[in-house]
Amino acid sequence: MSGRTLVDKIWDEHVIAELDGGLDLLHVDRHLVHDVTSPQAFTALTDRSLEVFSPELTFGSPEHSLTILAGRTEKSNTLSQQFVPLMRKNFTSRGLTLFDIDSPEHGIVHVIAPELGLTLPGTTVVCGDSHTCTNGGLGALGFGVGTSEVAHVLATQSLVQRRPATMRIVFTGSLAPHVSPKDLILHTISALGADAGTGCAIEFAGPLIERLGIEERMTICNLAVEIGAKIGIVAPDETAFEYVASRRYAPRGQMLEAAVTHWRRLASDGDAAFDRHALIDVSGIAPQISWGTSPAHTAPVDGRVPDPSHAPDEAAKQQWAQAMDYMGLQPGQPLEGLPIQWCFIGSCTNGRLSDLRAAAAVIDGGRVASHVRALVVPGSAAVRRAAEAEGLDRLFTAAGFEWGEAGCGLCPGLGGVHLAAGERCVSTSNRNFMGRQGAGVRTHLAGPETAAYAAIQGCIADVRRAA
Amino acid sequence: MDAFTVVRGPVAPLLIPDINTDVISPAHGGQGSMRANAFAPLRYLSDGTDNPEFPLNQEAFRDAPILLGGHNFGCGSSRESAVWSLIALGIRCVIAESFADIFYGNCFQNGVLPIVLGPDELAALARESAASDAIEVDLRTCAITTPLGRTIGFEVNPTRRAQLLEGLDDLDVGVRRRTQIEAFQRADRVRRPWVYLESAAVESPPTSST
Repeated sequence: MSGRTLVDKIWDEHVIAELDGGLDLLHVDRHLVHDVTSPQAFTALTDRSLEVFSPELTFGSPEHSLTILAGRTEKSNTLSQQFVPLMRKNFTSRGLTLFDIDSPEHGIVHVIAPELGLTLPGTTVVCGDSHTCTNGGLGALGFGVGTSEVAHVLATQSLVQRRPATMRIVFTGSLAPHVSPKDLILHTISALGADAGTGCAIEFAGPLIERLGIEERMTICNLAVEIGAKIGIVAPDETAFEYVASRRYAPRGQMLEAAVTHWRRLASDGDAAFDRHALIDVSGIAPQISWGTSPAHTAPVDGRVPDPSHAPDEAAKQQWAQAMDYMGLQPGQPLEGLPIQWCFIGSCTNGRLSDLRAAAAVIDGGRVASHVRALVVPGSAAVRRAAEAEGLDRLFTAAGFEWGEAGCGLCPGLGGVHLAAGERCVSTSNRNFMGRQGAGVRTHLAGPETAAYAAIQGCIADVRRAA
Repeated sequence: MDAFTVVRGPVAPLLIPDINTDVISPAHGGQGSMRANAFAPLRYLSDGTDNPEFPLNQEAFRDAPILLGGHNFGCGSSRESAVWSLIALGIRCVIAESFADIFYGNCFQNGVLPIVLGPDELAALARESAASDAIEVDLRTCAITTPLGRTIGFEVNPTRRAQLLEGLDDLDVGVRRRTQIEAFQRADRVRRPWVYLESAAVESPPTSST
């Protein structure tokens, strides 16, 4: 009998019951809740006269609907005027823990849950948000659920799930200077395709991953869902245990020691079999930029828009042509030099302290181009404070970047900022879908350094030339 | 939710890969109601008028209860409003080459049937129903009857099928399992005590000995 994978070990520990048809009733250890996908779930509970099953395992933060400009309040836009008080009412009336808009612990749920020690290795973490896979950076089994499932978790602290197939992506080699984990994962999506991981949980592994910090691992796991996998995960190791220790909600003392002993056993066995495999040598990867309307539509920043006649099949050819039409691009056009109007640095993908440091390091006396509006939005209030303690906010504002407040912001086309049709935005977020950042808005996904450099150059530009 | 037994009607072909939930249900809701907002990026031209090339804008498919999709249908966000948007348009069944996992699960919670068929079968179905000829999708027999009278079988998880036929979502069934879940938590508290945050532990500062 072959060994077990990391995902199977965590999964097995959470099976409450095996149901008919190969489905499992799975225990949820941490339920993260945000403002926009939860109201109907609470209504469903009220309609059926149900209580929250495990209030002590339920944590919320309003993040999607908020304006992200400095000085914002919940009154700043019509969406947050509606959703924030509703969330507060739903939480306080049921005795649930809310990190409210003005709380020092407020932020994007996938940023604050690891920060606060809510996300622990080996736990199941769910949220009505597809980027819950971010939590996999700490060795947690995190996945997004729909609103009906949010109601199910509220009422039963469990979910009916099919065990995912397993996929392992191994990275070898070293990242070149100015090439970030975001570039690595964008390259991976373009190499494997936007549905290469459908039905799977992806374990990211290999010597490179082992050298990365937790924030960098979270960026990589964040985009697992853009490969089609609900779950992305890295085996918890000393780096993860060290990250968790001393966090507010994490176990301490003997309890922590017992937990770490348990977590050490979670890594995939040497002889574990995976359903799918991919091996990626990262050494030759350049900074990446997306050109189209899927994260898989990504190219090296010094590359060109592809030619649809080279598409793998007829459906892709049609899709590429449609993407180019939407993005206002021609086949074979160089990406460098394409003028931009917006730069967004933030989101659950790249809104952590290490991301802001990387972006700030690119400024080097430069200024945001006069035709560009550039926003830097920390992923949480804690990230904002830590960045300010280092003086990053002053570096950004002196260079003409706006220094915002935590929230999802421009990533899903919200945040109290409106981009116009046809405008081009270099964004450190995770999706470049048609209309994602606003009707007709053209999104180019990139890492924090490439985004900051584009803001200063006023166009898509190769940050390696700055050195 | 509404039960699903048989749905009969025209089939709107949207055979582009990677139709994502932002396209099905944009977050910023520029068009107002869920029905008006559904598929907005594909459905409307930049001047706000209907895009005549979008199948659901064509007379033959305007009220189609069945949609044909490419591979990776419903990728992207977990937003269940993507499924609610389909329902707002009167769509009860999506037949595609493959589905994104979260969207696929959301369908069953709302009485919408997702069916996976191979690319050749999809293309044949699109050809046969191109002139708005109705097809029939019968969940009782797990069979599609094409306009030419051909029968195509499909597979669906037996538990999911049973719930759809009865119009039950997971919560309807799940609340009956609360005793079982309590028992699991009692045992799990011994195995993994660090997972279970007590309200007292939540409130006490890191090194408090009180």
